[in-house]
Amino acid sequence: MSTMHQGSRNRDRTPWDKEIALQCIREHLDREGPLLPILHAIQEQFGYVDEAAEPLIAETLNITRAEVHGVVTFYHDFRREPAGRHVLKLCRAEACQAAGGDPLARHAETRLGLSMGRTAPDGSVTLEPVYCLGLCAVAPSAMLDGRVVGRLDERRLETLLAEAQQ
Amino acid sequence: MTLRLFIPVDAGALAVGAEEVAAAIRTAAARRNVAAEIVRTGSRGLYWLEPMVEVETPAGRLAYGPVAPGDAESLLGAILGNGAHPLRLGPTEEIPWLKRQTRLTFARCGVVDPRSLEDYRAHGGCRSVQRALSLGPQAIVEEVVQSGLRGRGGAGFPTGIKWRTVAQTEAAQKYIICNADEGDSGTFADRMIMEGDPFVLIEGMAIAGIAVGATKGYVYIRSEYPHSAATMEAAIAAARRGGLLGNRIADSSCAFDMEVRVGAGAYVCGEETSLLDSLEGKRGVVRAKPPLPAHKGLFGSPTVINNVLSFASVPIILDKGGAFYRDFGMGKSRGTMPIQLAGNVKHGGLFETAFGVTLGELVDDIGGGTRSGRPVRAVQVGGPLGAYFPRALFDTPFDYEAFAAREGLIGHGGIVVFDDTVDMAKQARFAMEFCAIESCGKCTPCRVGSTRGMEVIDRIIRGENRAANTALLEDLCHTLKFGSLCALGGFTPYPVMSALTHFPEDFAAPPRLQAAE
Repeated sequence: MSTMHQGSRNRDRTPWDKEIALQCIREHLDREGPLLPILHAIQEQFGYVDEAAEPLIAETLNITRAEVHGVVTFYHDFRREPAGRHVLKLCRAEACQAAGGDPLARHAETRLGLSMGRTAPDGSVTLEPVYCLGLCAVAPSAMLDGRVVGRLDERRLETLLAEAQQ
Repeated sequence: MTLRLFIPVDAGALAVGAEEVAAAIRTAAARRNVAAEIVRTGSRGLYWLEPMVEVETPAGRLAYGPVAPGDAESLLGAILGNGAHPLRLGPTEEIPWLKRQTRLTFARCGVVDPRSLEDYRAHGGCRSVQRALSLGPQAIVEEVVQSGLRGRGGAGFPTGIKWRTVAQTEAAQKYIICNADEGDSGTFADRMIMEGDPFVLIEGMAIAGIAVGATKGYVYIRSEYPHSAATMEAAIAAARRGGLLGNRIADSSCAFDMEVRVGAGAYVCGEETSLLDSLEGKRGVVRAKPPLPAHKGLFGSPTVINNVLSFASVPIILDKGGAFYRDFGMGKSRGTMPIQLAGNVKHGGLFETAFGVTLGELVDDIGGGTRSGRPVRAVQVGGPLGAYFPRALFDTPFDYEAFAAREGLIGHGGIVVFDDTVDMAKQARFAMEFCAIESCGKCTPCRVGSTRGMEVIDRIIRGENRAANTALLEDLCHTLKFGSLCALGGFTPYPVMSALTHFPEDFAAPPRLQAAE
């Protein structure tokens, strides 16, 4: 299901496979405007959108490869390479800023030795900014592998970081 | 006797441990051999009291909160005994914060099981679609026009007028699209409806379909809301089984069906024309208007595109009549607005009330000031494109025109509270930075102006040619405001200029020492 793309753990993803990718594409062909559902399905399957998927999609939908590439690169969600086994998203938007989110984000960067948007060299975790999880009344907030966490403080963040480094 | 308990499954409640609380209570009940049914509801919107646990009694529901998993044993003991417990909040409906609200759109949120159509029906749901079917298309549109409902996404365009335009446009295929790309920081009302009362949205969209002659609908939900998407999927499936969607909705000759589409992390897709392109499978690039989506929308077909709250307000309007809804509010802002209190606020959550309440009442009285206990210095109203208001403007009533008159906007109704440690120059810079990150790139003022804006603010902060650079920033904001194609570039000047106008001291070197940033 396309809606689950953010929820699953990256360690469960399968390696790139052309036949499986074609299945992901075919599943959505009867929908109007199928490109986003297809890209979500491919990312859910493999954890990222391999460059090799672009010509497959283009050919099936009868659009140019440039059009597919343009869409893949437009949206923040679509990855060009696999993420870490865990993905930790920290909200950087205003409500979380107001509640002390900025120092927590810096703490996470220091602790993991990663800047926002990067993956740890051991492949354990990808640290990402997110602009609002809609948890603004329990700010600051975070999402670890699809699990939401609110009222983040240093102690709760430490727990998340430890989990993310496994 | 089976004990009936209610624990939210709303993402905001889950984020603070609602799932663990439900598990702990289930375990505690099993240990005592007590038969307990735990109904998972949406949130009542009193987030500082989440996770909140409610128990059914002959006198109505009793609330406890905020409950931690470790409280499960003592809580269950209290519920089985005389009810006394340190976390006892009393009858839910009597909690003052809830009691003083006017819950029209959110009447069922936090009360019903969001996945049960039967529960929705038992709480007054599905009456409106029946009335709509008996009224017929033209009368539905007139009822919505009469209600004075304006687009709750932020633009405030009269919903009924939009519907009338689509109804009067001839086409073989028309669409109903719900904009659930709720990207504004400080807002979560759409999320709460989708996770707490999704059928009200489905019913509102079905009524729109009947009114304009559309048979297909889409809910475009941002990918940051996986819980909303899952609940909507389940509710749509239940609505199909129960005859609220399908070829013969509510046993009529009208057909309407809908599906969920998930965005991919682009803020700009909350802009309606960009959302349409995204749904079509393209880059979410803004379209020039005209043509209006009402004439040429999705795949070139006439399209009603409204926010979640606009559609969710339609059933109550059809049920009670346009005049009932219109009697709430002030000026040209009719009905109620689900206002969201967020950020550094003591009592954060959703407060639905008639338009006209002042900003000061909302922040100081209802919000209870800051959670940090420090003085409130600024509030940002209406998301990342909304203005920062100082205390001096707290007499502004919550009303589309009153906020516009003070160089601000109510947007989607979010209020983010900041205490006195906020650095307003940094907030102004962030507004430009966010615009640069999220710009779709189509128009030059937004694409280039946002990055130039960051650079100019950096120079002002560093103290370089402050007067000249401030004049340049004002000029740049003017260009963004009047030269951008959509609200992203067009409204980014609101937070920037309001910060500069109301908090000029923060732009003067040396930078303020920050206590807690």
